[in-house]
Amino acid sequence: MANSFKQIKRQNNFLIRIKKDWQLYTFLLLPVLYFIIFKYGPMVGNIIAFRKFQPGGSPFGEKWVGLKYFKMFIADSNFWRIFLNTLTLSVQTLIFTFPGPVIFALLLNELKNVAFKRVVQTISYLPHFISTVILVGLIFELTAANGPINHLISVLGGEPVKFMQDPKYFHSVYVLSRMWQTLGWGTIVYLSALTTISPDLYEAAKIDGANRWQQTLHVTLPGISSTIIVLLIMNIGSMLSVSFEQILLMYSPLTYQKADVISTYVYRIGLSQNSFSYASAIGLFESVIGLVLVTTANSISKKITDSSLW
Amino acid sequence: MKLSKGYRIFQVFNLLFMLIIIAIMLYPFWYLVAQSFSSQKYIYMGEVSILPKGFNVQTYKAVMSERQFWIGYKNTLIYTALGTFINVAMTAMFAYPLSKKRLIGQKFWIKFAVFTMYFSGGLIPNYLLVNSLHMKNTIWAIVIPGAISTFNLMIMKNSFEAIPQELEEAASIDGMNTYGIFFKIIIPLSVPIIATMILFYAVGNWNSWFSAMLYLDEKKLQPVSLYLRGLIAGATQTSDSVTMSSDAQAQIASNIKSTTMVLTVLPIICVYPFLQKYFVSGIMIGAVKG
Repeated sequence: MANSFKQIKRQNNFLIRIKKDWQLYTFLLLPVLYFIIFKYGPMVGNIIAFRKFQPGGSPFGEKWVGLKYFKMFIADSNFWRIFLNTLTLSVQTLIFTFPGPVIFALLLNELKNVAFKRVVQTISYLPHFISTVILVGLIFELTAANGPINHLISVLGGEPVKFMQDPKYFHSVYVLSRMWQTLGWGTIVYLSALTTISPDLYEAAKIDGANRWQQTLHVTLPGISSTIIVLLIMNIGSMLSVSFEQILLMYSPLTYQKADVISTYVYRIGLSQNSFSYASAIGLFESVIGLVLVTTANSISKKITDSSLW
Repeated sequence: MKLSKGYRIFQVFNLLFMLIIIAIMLYPFWYLVAQSFSSQKYIYMGEVSILPKGFNVQTYKAVMSERQFWIGYKNTLIYTALGTFINVAMTAMFAYPLSKKRLIGQKFWIKFAVFTMYFSGGLIPNYLLVNSLHMKNTIWAIVIPGAISTFNLMIMKNSFEAIPQELEEAASIDGMNTYGIFFKIIIPLSVPIIATMILFYAVGNWNSWFSAMLYLDEKKLQPVSLYLRGLIAGATQTSDSVTMSSDAQAQIASNIKSTTMVLTVLPIICVYPFLQKYFVSGIMIGAVKG
């Protein structure tokens, strides 16, 4: 009795607060409508992975088919190839692009000339702002048969390499280009973490007779270690989301064998062959793995470092 | 302070390393510029690597006389301007109430937004949605579906939260309503974060090509990035190259590709060094957990 009375009172309280403050709530209208339609709408739209879609029919499909499309995917002759490509490509990207910014930030931190440091930073951030189309254009030009990389190879006495046509080079070219694009921009977070380390710690280390290298090892690295761990965990969480647009622009039927990943397969199956339901099932498969990875990474982060995404 | 010998040697190597990094970061751009001014003959023979050879500006003239290039450029400008306006307006509109403790269900609304960062509808459902809303081959397919980036939303919310509450309370006592407070107090105090948001979104819109490829079939609607993609993939033929033999076509393409890339990337490279600090500050605010 007392409880429901409290509830009614609270409800009235809510209404009064909303009425008094209605203008604040009008701000929510458009953005929430947008989120429901364009962010949650497609999530609900995923149910076509369980339903048969008819071209021209409802975007939510016509009739239930259960897990048919998921079973189809597991049985797909391409399944293991694209699954392994996605996995190896993302693991390689993580291994090679993650440590770079940490080391680069530490080295930048040792530069005494502030103006020079700023120049290096500005230049190294630049690739981050280049569109995928330009990036891939650059890759094609640099690796062309008559491009500078092959020029260098032939000067050194080697045979010209068909980087973009031979599937065995695809992963290296992709990972190197990711390194080029992320090296500088990735340092920002570390550089800011470095500024939070108290100068007193360095003074104390000096008094104890630590040289510059020992200071880096015992003061600087521990000072940014929590940042490194958080970023590593976040990266592992979002690992599977390889740069889909870049692969789509870079690959060709010649390199499908190594270059095809889940998202590009979804694109081809869905939008070139119009098998919307099947493609959605593959996409959903990837999203769910991604969600599991993020959630796991986050709870590990919470335990180890006390910082988490939510 | 006396520096140890080892540290001085390190300094020299560090300096060298930095110079190498600068070279690696800049060389690809430099190569494009060199190619764009070179004659086709030398590019084809693989003789252009650092300096332009057979210097000429013919390619620039050819690219700039290409009608589709200017149509693309104009479209990109329109999409970037309108898209960025919608982005920033919608993001600010959502970020403001989210930053208020007095908003009923504040925690719920934040989760409502953040969830979409980790799980999304995927390519096909998005495509079907835009199709069923009849947005295909309209500007709206480009500027509406990505109106709010949840990451940017959180940056803006954090920044709004940092504005002292007392300012708003004082204005409220003076009889100002919430709209007045938002436009006359919050917005003027948030100029740096708004600048950051404009830059983040504008670069994204300028560089975007995928949604245009999905939703715009009509050439007169396509942005320059799509035109460029066509050139790179060899799908777009410039009017000059149609009559050439296949070998000459490849040469012309290399030339024209580079020039088109230079012209597309130029606005960003010119503007970016001056605005760099806003980008960096945006990342910093974003790094503070919301």
